Amino acid sequence: MTVYILCLILFSIGLYCVVRKRNLIKIIIGIGIMDYAVNLFFVLIGYREGGRSPIFASDQVIDKMVDPLPQSLVLTSIVIGLAITLLLVAIAIRIYEKYGTFDITKINKLKG
Amino acid sequence: MVEIHLLILFMIAAAVIAVQAKDLLSSVIAIGAVGIGLSMVFLALKAPDLAIMQLVVEILSLIILIRATIRKDLPFSVSGRWFFNTSSVVLFLIVFLTAANLALKKTSSFGSPAMGTANIYIEGAKSLKVANVVASITLHFRALDTLGEVTILFTTIVGVLAIARKVGHEKADRS
Repeated sequence: MTVYILCLILFSIGLYCVVRKRNLIKIIIGIGIMDYAVNLFFVLIGYREGGRSPIFASDQVIDKMVDPLPQSLVLTSIVIGLAITLLLVAIAIRIYEKYGTFDITKINKLKG
Repeated sequence: MVEIHLLILFMIAAAVIAVQAKDLLSSVIAIGAVGIGLSMVFLALKAPDLAIMQLVVEILSLIILIRATIRKDLPFSVSGRWFFNTSSVVLFLIVFLTAANLALKKTSSFGSPAMGTANIYIEGAKSLKVANVVASITLHFRALDTLGEVTILFTTIVGVLAIARKVGHEKADRS
C-alpha cells in the first residue's frame, strides 16, 4: 500500500506544479510528471507478487504471470504522452515568438 | 520490493528538483531523470516492453524540451496573487486526494491483482501460440486501440506542422 501512496505523492507534485507555477515550460513539466504518475499507478495495480514477465517460453511452464492488460494500455498511453508534450512545446515556442516571454501573466494581449 | 520503493523515492526527489529549480535547463534535465527512473521501475515491475518504450519516448521528449528552452532562459517573476494561487493549489489537492482515497478503498492490495479479463487474454494468447502476451493484446485483441493511437500521432504531427509554420501561403506569395 505504501507504493500507492508514493505514487499519489508524485501525482500531487505534478498537480502543484501545474496550478502554482507561472512559467509555460514548468507547466508542461508538471503535466509530464502527472502523466508518469498515472502510468506508474496502472502498472503497479497489475503487479503480482513473485510473478513473471508476460512472455511465454517453449521449454518451461509459466503459471504465475503479472497482469498483461494494464501494460498493454500503458504502452498506448506512453506514446500519447509524447504526442501531448510535442503539441504543447510547439504552442509554447509559438507563444514565445509572439510575446518574448514564457510568463503566463504577461500573455494578456487578448484581454479587452 | 525494496528496490521499487527506492526508485519511486528517487523519482519523487527528481520531480521536486524539476519543479523547484530556478533555471529551465536544469529542470528539464531533472524531468529526464524522472523518466529514466520510471523506466527502471517498469523493469523492476516485470514490464520489459514498457521499459524500452519509456526509454525511447523519454529521450525524444527531452530533446524536444531542450529545443524549447535553449537560450531562452529568462528569470521569471514569483510575486503577485499569492493567496489565490495557494488556495487553488489546496483546493485541487483536497479534491484529488478525496477521489484517490475513495478509489484506493476499492483497489485490490499491492501484489495480488484481480486477473479477471487478463486470464481470458492469456488463454487466447496461449491458443494462438504467441510468445509475448502484451504484444498480442496490443496488436491482436485490441488492434482498434492501436489504430486510434496511430491516428492521434498523425493528428499531432499535422497540428505541430500547422502551428510551427512561419508564414501562410497567401502572405508568402504577396511578398
